[in-house]
Amino acid sequence: MDGRSQNNTDRQGRHRQKMACEREVQIRNAEGLHMRPAMQFVDVANRFESEISVSSGDNSVDGKSIMQMSMLAATCGTKLKIKADGTDAQQAVEALRELVEDRHFDEPLPDKKRY
Amino acid sequence: MKLDDFVCFEAIIPELKSDYRDGVITELVTSLDKAGKLGRGNREDVTKAVIKREKEASTGMGKGVAVPHVKHPAVKDVIAAIGQSSMGIDFVALDKQPVYSVILLISPADNPDRHLQAMESIFRHLQKEKFRKFLRQAQNAEQIEDLIREADENPSL
Repeated sequence: MDGRSQNNTDRQGRHRQKMACEREVQIRNAEGLHMRPAMQFVDVANRFESEISVSSGDNSVDGKSIMQMSMLAATCGTKLKIKADGTDAQQAVEALRELVEDRHFDEPLPDKKRY
Repeated sequence: MKLDDFVCFEAIIPELKSDYRDGVITELVTSLDKAGKLGRGNREDVTKAVIKREKEASTGMGKGVAVPHVKHPAVKDVIAAIGQSSMGIDFVALDKQPVYSVILLISPADNPDRHLQAMESIFRHLQKEKFRKFLRQAQNAEQIEDLIREADENPSL
């Protein structure tokens, strides 16, 4: 995971690290990023304070908006770039990566014949 | 994909008669069936499947729009019907607000990519305030058809 960081100081004088974190993930479930997975994604994204954007090629959308996520038309095999910006950027990107790749949205993978 | 590629213009309902979710879904599926898009004897089964899917999670995405959908072997390619309600329908939407524009999408069971492309096209337009406003203001099926053709031609709409 790559990231750049800058030091921010909040009102209490504590140092809070603002991070930008980016990672490429691949859609693995056979049906792709249809509405139910998109909702799962948005639910996880909204647990974090960081701003989250997701891009497929030149198309970049807000990872916390269900309508915008539905516009990615990310089919099985599509690579998406998840970008988070904020104090919990790293955790956000890791949680989303886990949902997309490890859990593949709790959906079946494609038949081996096809791929 | 363009809206024109899969919206069935004969299945546009400029003023829905039903005032509840399942009634609206039944009306729109019936409209597709009458337009000859669902094959023989599939109307009831498709209706049930859409309602079942809708019960699992609302497709009321907020901002007065809902996109009930299902994958069903009755269709060989994606097909959509559009319905408008001036009074608004309770779709248990994400923002808990009534729904005024409903786009019903039926996708083939064995082509998930095609379904995703149709959804992309629908949301690309529904996302835009102007498009949602024009859809709500449309008085008849012709105006909805014109809006769809125009939206396909002009990405800024």
